[in-house]
Amino acid sequence: MALLLFLALALVALLAAVGMVTSRNAVHSALFMLVNFAVYAIFYIMLNAQFLGVVQVIVYAGAIVVLFLFVVMLIGGEIGAVRSSLRRYTYAAALILGALFVAMIGLGIAQTISTDQTVAGAPAAGGVEAIGMALFTTYLLPFELASLLLLAGMVGGVARRYKALDED
Amino acid sequence: MNLSSLNWNSLLPELVIVATSLIVLITAVVGKVSRVDRIARGHALAVVTLIGLLIAAGLTIMQLSQPASDFMGMVQSDALSHYLNLVILLAAALAVLLAWDYLGRFTYSFSEFYSLLLLAVAGMMFLGKSTELITLFVSLEILSISLYILTGFNRHQLASAEASLKYFLLGAFASGFIVYGAALLYGDTGSTWFSDIAANASGGFLTLAGFALLLVGFAFKIAAVPFHMWTPDAYQGAPTPVTAFMSVGTKAAALVALFRVLQSAVSAPYETWAWALAILSLLTMTVGNVAALRQTSIKRLLAYSSIAQAGYMLIGLVAGTVLGLQAMLFYLFAYAFMNIGAFACASLLESDDWSELQDASMANARGLFSRQPLLATALAIFMFSLAGIPPLAGFFGKLYLFDAAIDAGWLWLALVAVINSVISAYYYMRVVVVMFMEAPDESTRVRLPIPDSAILAIVIAVLGALLLGILAGPSFASLGQAVVAWRF
Amino acid sequence: MTIPLTWYLILSAALFAIGLFGVLARRNAIAILIGVELMLNAVNVNILAFWRYIRPDDPSGQVFAIIVLTVAAAEAAVGLALFISIYRTRRSINVDHLDALKG
Repeated sequence: MALLLFLALALVALLAAVGMVTSRNAVHSALFMLVNFAVYAIFYIMLNAQFLGVVQVIVYAGAIVVLFLFVVMLIGGEIGAVRSSLRRYTYAAALILGALFVAMIGLGIAQTISTDQTVAGAPAAGGVEAIGMALFTTYLLPFELASLLLLAGMVGGVARRYKALDED
Repeated sequence: MNLSSLNWNSLLPELVIVATSLIVLITAVVGKVSRVDRIARGHALAVVTLIGLLIAAGLTIMQLSQPASDFMGMVQSDALSHYLNLVILLAAALAVLLAWDYLGRFTYSFSEFYSLLLLAVAGMMFLGKSTELITLFVSLEILSISLYILTGFNRHQLASAEASLKYFLLGAFASGFIVYGAALLYGDTGSTWFSDIAANASGGFLTLAGFALLLVGFAFKIAAVPFHMWTPDAYQGAPTPVTAFMSVGTKAAALVALFRVLQSAVSAPYETWAWALAILSLLTMTVGNVAALRQTSIKRLLAYSSIAQAGYMLIGLVAGTVLGLQAMLFYLFAYAFMNIGAFACASLLESDDWSELQDASMANARGLFSRQPLLATALAIFMFSLAGIPPLAGFFGKLYLFDAAIDAGWLWLALVAVINSVISAYYYMRVVVVMFMEAPDESTRVRLPIPDSAILAIVIAVLGALLLGILAGPSFASLGQAVVAWRF
Repeated sequence: MTIPLTWYLILSAALFAIGLFGVLARRNAIAILIGVELMLNAVNVNILAFWRYIRPDDPSGQVFAIIVLTVAAAEAAVGLALFISIYRTRRSINVDHLDALKG
């Protein structure tokens, strides 16, 4: 049952991903993105990382996809077809690189990780409490650094928005 | 755990930088000032920034005499990170001096500029001392995001926005590789600490792929060939003070971080990585130098030259010995002086017309010696130093690097590097010939009056390039004593 | 019957590769950024699968995933702000149309 569910979701995720990177219209891309990221949230819940699943929905579906859609609305959705917009060899190279990457990582993983490596039962550290404890104790420094990162992003956004000297 | 039990001492310089950044940022929203006052306020902010950088440098120097310490195992304050901090702070201070007058030509957003610059500095400092993958990744992103914005800071110039876009897209792409590599290492060892990774890595596929992906990501950040495509555009399009800062700071921090990462790859023997790095270094030097040969813009020439210089610095990592690390640190100091000095001179040759690609072209320097003898001499000194001509700092830096390579059994790499130095001498000398041998004509252009702050930056850089050369022996030795203390 | 770890890892590798393809094959900045977002999210699946199967007792994997998510969001925000400001002056965010810098 779980296997079937996984396979079905994986198929949806892969198709949505292909849709994301090949759509002619950025709105379609963004909507495929929504589907794709929502499937991830289900994966996270299947992996017993419920908190991450919820965060994924809130941050991605709620914020990032909407942000993309806003920008697309402002600057137009026509992003061009993959094939026509560039020289053919670049396309071929991208395809080959992508395929090689899957083959390499996939084969490597399939060979090195024993397939019976599964965990039964709920892990001890799946919930919000454990994550909160970890974030504010062991991982205090990267957590605080993430706030600096967001500050940099915020200042950056403001600085981009600033009018230039003569427009004042 | 309580806050007072934490070892804040080891983070003091970084905390000072972050605090300065916040102070500078807050002034953006305090009161309204007239146009004239805004420039004055910009200068005041530059002074605050410089004071913050100086305090951080002072604290770092004080830490030099203290034993190595860590902050919750996430970062390691040791000789390596202290010297790296000094390089970064030096680069930032020189960049602020350059920005002093440069910035007012195209923007009033001084507080945003300086606070982003300081955030980038903090990111670099954390990156260089992180000993854990999550911290490493976040620090890298702090510096990257700050630099994407700083690159596109000149709103009057299309090239600046274009540079920013290209830098952003490729930088974000590189982050994907770094984080995938980190994830594979986490999967391999169940931990994100370098020490655990070193102890538990299986040495199998996951270890190999993890380190390889991290290496690719870092190669992007230090602009190593074949991951250098963004570099010439980003360096040429960015405001010159930003170019000067990021060409030194990012390389320095990423090289040291890469060194720490690779040191934890003990289960896969260092020789494997040394080979990958050697090939990377070979390509980087050669492609950088050959491409620089046909440049007509001094800024773009310096961009390609800085790619080539990254190739030389990688030799220190290839050697992977105390000597190699010591040589790399020495070269970073020398590079900070000579490269920022060269960019400082180039910034004075730029045109004021933002509609064209505002750029220091080779023609602008024609006959510079007869117009501005001191400026021409300073630029010549930086060019000689970058080319590696004795007795300047660049010469000794290369000497130590090549010596470290030979010492570690990489004779062929040292030979290739020597050949590359000869090639590079051609284009560095071309700039000097244009300035000294040719007669000035209508294309000769210097931004007058030369601002005092730029003169100060150039004087500091000239003194650094000269003194590091003359006192190369003692300063190299003192670096050595500190570096040996680092565990291998 | 539980799902083998390998399945998650291969799925994540495939998603990462699709993102990689998107970045390399597209010329519009928004499309490239979408590719990058896909890559970062694919890595998150990887991280959480590793956490669940290898170290479920230690939440560090989840912390890692949260940080990656934060970074992806910050990158998207900064990138989109950049795109808008470039679009205002250039009327295009196609990287092939940006050619002031050459050589």
